[in-house]
Amino acid sequence: MRAGPLHIRALHIKKYTEEHELVNFDDATGVGIVSITDHAQSVLGDVVFVELPTVGTTFNQGDQIGAVESVKAASDIYAPVSGTIEAINENLSGEPGLLNKSAEDKGWLCKIKLSDPAELDKLLTWEDYKKTYVE
Amino acid sequence: MVPFAGYSMPLSYGDVGQVASHNHVRKSVGIFDVGHMVQSNFRGKTAVNFLEWLTPSSLSSLKPYASTLSVLLNEKGGIIDDTIVTKHASDAFYVVTNAGRRERDLAWFKEKLAEWNASETGKNGPVEHEVLENWGLLALQGPEAASYLQGLTSFDLSQLTFGNSAFVPIEGFNLHVARGGYTGEDGFEISIPPSQTLEVARLLTKSPVQLIGLGARDSLRLEAGMCLYGNDMDETTTPVEAGLSWVIGKERKEAGGFIGAEAVQQQLKDGPSRRRIGLVVEGAPARQGAKIFSPNKDELGIVTSGIPSPTLGKNIAMGYVKSGWHKKGTEVQVEVRKQLRKGVLTPMPFIKPNYWRG
Repeated sequence: MRAGPLHIRALHIKKYTEEHELVNFDDATGVGIVSITDHAQSVLGDVVFVELPTVGTTFNQGDQIGAVESVKAASDIYAPVSGTIEAINENLSGEPGLLNKSAEDKGWLCKIKLSDPAELDKLLTWEDYKKTYVE
Repeated sequence: MVPFAGYSMPLSYGDVGQVASHNHVRKSVGIFDVGHMVQSNFRGKTAVNFLEWLTPSSLSSLKPYASTLSVLLNEKGGIIDDTIVTKHASDAFYVVTNAGRRERDLAWFKEKLAEWNASETGKNGPVEHEVLENWGLLALQGPEAASYLQGLTSFDLSQLTFGNSAFVPIEGFNLHVARGGYTGEDGFEISIPPSQTLEVARLLTKSPVQLIGLGARDSLRLEAGMCLYGNDMDETTTPVEAGLSWVIGKERKEAGGFIGAEAVQQQLKDGPSRRRIGLVVEGAPARQGAKIFSPNKDELGIVTSGIPSPTLGKNIAMGYVKSGWHKKGTEVQVEVRKQLRKGVLTPMPFIKPNYWRG
């Protein structure tokens, strides 16, 4: 039996992919904020260009939704969950360096309205994600 | 660290990013450890003739201690490797070739040398090839390279102009120093005997010199419009297609007499079917493998190298397009992630080189 009332449930769930995306899911709205992880930005180096999906587009989990470009390389971004793009971070077009300064906060990429929140269960926890790159 | 031509090499040093390294070379001075490259000596009475058979360069008319970019060609005129040839005398040459082509080049030298030394000319003056195994090669590059190096030598470096070499006394070491490099900046490539590499490296890495990795090496050379063997040319590319007709000696375009001459002369006469070009691409950077289309969506060619240029803040690329589409200002489309982006053909180098010409 549940110990407490509904409103003290964890409202935000952070889950990770092996491709270094992070989705910060808000249980109340059903919307997840997608970022690349701070680890990913440090590996990429200076980000100079970010390509984001169009608002209103629907993607399946694992579809390519954009790309992050540094001088070194282009890195594809995949949808960590299925859903519809509700918003994109317009600031990144003028200031792609936000991704290096604040990858998981101000440098967020897009907001997805999840079509199947159960998909979150398939993603990695922080501990499991960290194990993918720390020996 | 990344594997590169059998060596493990740093993309960058410490936590200095590629862009910071890149900018440091453009504004101050950086050093590249390019000791993986293959350094060779060719000696013998007919060395000049031998190398004029292997390359289309006019080496007879090259002044002593002058260097030239050149190419080793196969029988079809395809580029086996690009190389810097320095003439010390008509019977002594210093040649630097790419590490990634080491096996192919050394086998080619061996085969052709045997052929040469068995020929009538060769018998009169055999040529010897010596690989300078384990020698160091350090490239000091940037607008402050000369003042830094001048602080270590009594040799007047202002007398050593771009494309020339000298033996320079550096704090007790007598080293072969070639003025030039792979960045578009003023600089020096310093060849060091195996026993002295560490000590010389220490001398050359004090402030403001920074260690520069492979990442910035690539972005610097691309801004300077220089080819990377394996990306921008290979054995199916001729020097005419690669925009390197200028390495072919003027009189040799007519007279030939080098391996691959027939194919090259035919292309010089008829024009090549494709040409290496520079591009500025809007939006996303176009990288190796991106297809180039005409405004009517006819496929024109392919990008062979591309980056967002740290110096220019634009996406630059080089690649090949069908002849006729190679003129500067031509508008094309480049496919990146299934979308077509506007590209404009732009003359190379993308940045203004900063060589010391005296």
